Amino acid sequence: MSTSNHHTDDHLQHHFKDEDQQFESSKLGMWIFLVTEMLMFGGLFVAYIIYRAWHPDLFYLAAQELDAGLGALNTVVLIASSLTIALAIRSLQLDEFKKSIQYLSATLVLAATFLVIKYIEYTDKFAKGILPGGHYSYEGISHEMAANFFSIYYLMTGLHGIHVLLGMGLIGWMIIKVRKRSVHSRYFTPVENTGLFWHLVDIIWIFLFPLLYLID
Amino acid sequence: MAETSKQTISIREYPVDEHPDKNYLNHDKGILSWLITLDHKRIGLLYLGSITFFFFLGGVLALLLRTELLTPAQSILDADTYNQIFTLHGAIMIFLFIIPSIPAALGNFFLPMMIGAKDVAFPRLNLASFWIYVAGALFALFSIVTGAVDTGWTFYTPYSTETGTAVVSMTLGVFIMGFSSILTGINFIVTLHKLRSPGQAWGKMPLFLWSLYATAIIQILATPVLAITLLLLIMERVLGVGIFDPALGGDPILYQHFFWFYSHPAVYIMIVPAFGIISELISVFSRKTIFGYWAIALSSLAIAFIGFLVWGHHMFVSGQSELSSVVFSFLTFFVGVPTGIKIFNWVATLYKGSIDLKTPMLYALAFLFLFTIGGLTGIMIGALSVNVHLHDTYYIVAHFHYVMMGGTVIALLGGIHYWWPKMTGRMYNEVWGKITCAVIFFSFNMTFLPQFVMGSQGMPRRYFNYLEEFQGLHQFSTIGSYILGLGFVMMALYLAYSLFRGPKAPPNPWGARSLEWMTSSPPTHHNFEYTPVILHGPYDHHQPEHEFRMGLVSESKETHG
Amino acid sequence: MNKIIEYLLPPQRSTVASEVDSLFMFINVAGFILFAGIMLTILIFVIKYRRKSEDDVTPVITHNSLLEITWTIIPIILILIVFAWGFRGFMTLSTPPPNAYEIQVKAASWLWEFEYPNGGTTLNEVFVPVDQPVKFIMRSDDVLHSLFIPDFRVKMDILPNRYTSIWFEATETGQSILYCSEYCGSGHSAMLATVHVLSKQEFEEWLETGLEVDEDMPLADLGRQTYTAAGCNACHTLDGTDRIGPSFLNLFGSERTLTDGRTVTADEDYIRRSIIDPNAEITAGYPANMPSYAGRLSDRQIDGLIAFIKELHD
Repeated sequence: MSTSNHHTDDHLQHHFKDEDQQFESSKLGMWIFLVTEMLMFGGLFVAYIIYRAWHPDLFYLAAQELDAGLGALNTVVLIASSLTIALAIRSLQLDEFKKSIQYLSATLVLAATFLVIKYIEYTDKFAKGILPGGHYSYEGISHEMAANFFSIYYLMTGLHGIHVLLGMGLIGWMIIKVRKRSVHSRYFTPVENTGLFWHLVDIIWIFLFPLLYLID
Repeated sequence: MAETSKQTISIREYPVDEHPDKNYLNHDKGILSWLITLDHKRIGLLYLGSITFFFFLGGVLALLLRTELLTPAQSILDADTYNQIFTLHGAIMIFLFIIPSIPAALGNFFLPMMIGAKDVAFPRLNLASFWIYVAGALFALFSIVTGAVDTGWTFYTPYSTETGTAVVSMTLGVFIMGFSSILTGINFIVTLHKLRSPGQAWGKMPLFLWSLYATAIIQILATPVLAITLLLLIMERVLGVGIFDPALGGDPILYQHFFWFYSHPAVYIMIVPAFGIISELISVFSRKTIFGYWAIALSSLAIAFIGFLVWGHHMFVSGQSELSSVVFSFLTFFVGVPTGIKIFNWVATLYKGSIDLKTPMLYALAFLFLFTIGGLTGIMIGALSVNVHLHDTYYIVAHFHYVMMGGTVIALLGGIHYWWPKMTGRMYNEVWGKITCAVIFFSFNMTFLPQFVMGSQGMPRRYFNYLEEFQGLHQFSTIGSYILGLGFVMMALYLAYSLFRGPKAPPNPWGARSLEWMTSSPPTHHNFEYTPVILHGPYDHHQPEHEFRMGLVSESKETHG
Repeated sequence: MNKIIEYLLPPQRSTVASEVDSLFMFINVAGFILFAGIMLTILIFVIKYRRKSEDDVTPVITHNSLLEITWTIIPIILILIVFAWGFRGFMTLSTPPPNAYEIQVKAASWLWEFEYPNGGTTLNEVFVPVDQPVKFIMRSDDVLHSLFIPDFRVKMDILPNRYTSIWFEATETGQSILYCSEYCGSGHSAMLATVHVLSKQEFEEWLETGLEVDEDMPLADLGRQTYTAAGCNACHTLDGTDRIGPSFLNLFGSERTLTDGRTVTADEDYIRRSIIDPNAEITAGYPANMPSYAGRLSDRQIDGLIAFIKELHD
């Protein structure tokens, strides 16, 4: 939602009267965007709640198939990445460009770690025949609706995974921006908004993890 | 913020340059300068062009349907083609035409001007919204060539997961267009919050802006749910994920809940902006302060809010629990109250006014007539026991055409005529404008009044063949639709003519008071060459016009006390 | 006024109809009064306050609390009346009396099957006794359908994954039309059935005899009767034009190219197979969406259809 990608110091766009107005506008815009994101995931959460209410036994059985250890590890990884991106913004506000780039890169590495772990989980499930919807062929769960749980699992984690990828793209772009010094202590809106987005990705996962992995 | 109250500013009047050499239309030249423009006015026109195209496309499809219905049995189409055409007619009119119509076209053009801003808060995002809309539209059109869709615009499961037609590309198109709608909504909300000119308190915003604000709130809150619903539907077809398809363990009623959770509020995305236009027209052409400013402004927000709680009234006979139906019916009636309040306020504004029956005003009066019928028949179908009889009949078809076409489209036409001089710098022919308005008004009633009768007599909708007893009414309706089509052709002709031969428009041809009229017609690239300062309300016709053209003398002279 | 309402609505043939209609009438009358009042006011204002000169000055009237409270309260009272009235009718519609006569309804694309307590079934025709509550317990074979009998003012969607039900009590003998009102594809508008309301005695007699297939009727006549009764006519014409399925004209003995490329001759065996398991051998160019008639038609009815089709040549 950044307002500017002018690569000069001239980042105030013509239709704003001053930088405060520009900064507040993009921040408000970003928050509203985050609300829409939450509503989108909200739709999936509603589907989750309804199906769990209909088949509580299935959700208990199927959750045993998920690797809570890897899930917990991923939770730690994402929380750490939220911390590093906050530090990156802090450094930028102090014009410590090098440090900021280091923190941003660390965030990028942590995000990649998250995806690798997710990849390990997915391939493990695929090997067993736990595929979404009609392709499901695993016989280890004695419940006729077993495929439904995993459909919801794949949809929720898949949509979340796409957001992780988008976030990585944004963070990469911010690294370039810091390198070019087009963001700095007087103008850091794009990095700040990227940080907000990344926190959202993190928070969604913090909801997903107990809802999918820790059912008893 | 506390400091601003101590600020002193000096202002002066800025006379309008009647016909500046440079305006937004000739500021840059070449096709590319339009396609990648960041100017909200040009983006507004791009939308206006697109929705006009889709309106004509949807209209031609409607005429095909009406022609097929001239006889009870097959006449020009076969059943499958008929089903595809009514689906396309609905999908195009709703997703490609009416949802973006007023907000994205007229809203984009006039929202920044009415608050004295140079642009919306995020011009790049605005351009992105337009191209996302185009991309979505292309997907939707692509579905026509790859086998079309025959599910009805509601895509009800399990039919939509089983039919052999191109449901995926159509729903993907709608999914993509949803993002365009969300981004426009975000843009409008931020612009209204942050970019209003000095002196423009919330209570001094034109009511059109209040209606766009309410619309934007609905857009950002409801559209994400549509996105996820359609995504689930696509996954259902592609991967066989069983959320909605009973054959895979899903539940079709759940789909209906998800779908209407968006699509009912979407009805207000379509109609609330129309209320805004009507408020402008009634006040300006009665030259009178609007009656009940806050009642009209807040009732838009009330409608937006209640609109989220009534989706289940589409499902009284769907098999949802009786209790839900009762609750939804109860809440539904409460949408009627703020809507009624608006109508009464508009009528009260006419009292002791100085009413000038120019073309836009004729559309506003036509709106009051048609929309009141649409609203009252809405009360009819909100009543539980009567709804059981009328649900999924032509009564419903007639009702939503009275609201969507008699309401939104008529208001849009009024708005286009009202702002035409501002957008194009030319006046259209008033006589032809009035004749066409009359033609459209009468033929519209001719087309859709008989459908109320057929519906209450029990004619189900989406019927390719029908019983012979309905033929007379169907034929009457079809003839009406032909005249209606003719009306739109007439409008296209005289409007096109005015572009080239119409007399040059003065800055404020109607004697209006809101800011967009305080600059040249057509406006310059930056709308205003100064920072406007607002002293009076947008409908204060009793204040001298020059006091509405105030601006900051110079920003550097601001002193902090 | 009554004349207009009578024109607008189908005849009242069930016990709930009059209750629904009275609310319909109330809203129409109240709505018309409101509408006429608003339009008349507008008309008077427009005439009286037409702009007289460009220098007209108008008074500043921003609001009037009394007026605004009035036009908020009155509509609220009206809608509460309408809600309560509609609620009462809806409760009647959704509470079947315990002694209702139960008929199982199965909807499929595109036919109606009615099964009576004695095990007999009818296609696209349902027979019910007059002056007795009748309950339909409904389920769909495939997509959503909806059962709508305008004369009785009843309607309910039919789902594939759960039962829904409606009830009515017919008040006069005669025939009424039954529509499918939830869009279900190509044959949606042909998915009609007839409700025959019989006197109690006639109904008892019909239950004894009507369900049996007339063994004496010549085969081809039985086929012609079955052709409409079983809803074949929704998709198959007799005049050579294509509808959803192939026309029956000149069908018998013709070479059929199937979707998998094989060709077969439309002989007695092929036609029987196509009725029992229609989607196994679909002629190329037609959709595979015909429901199976296994168990829905007797052997003799199928024989009748074959005999009927045999006769259809130019």
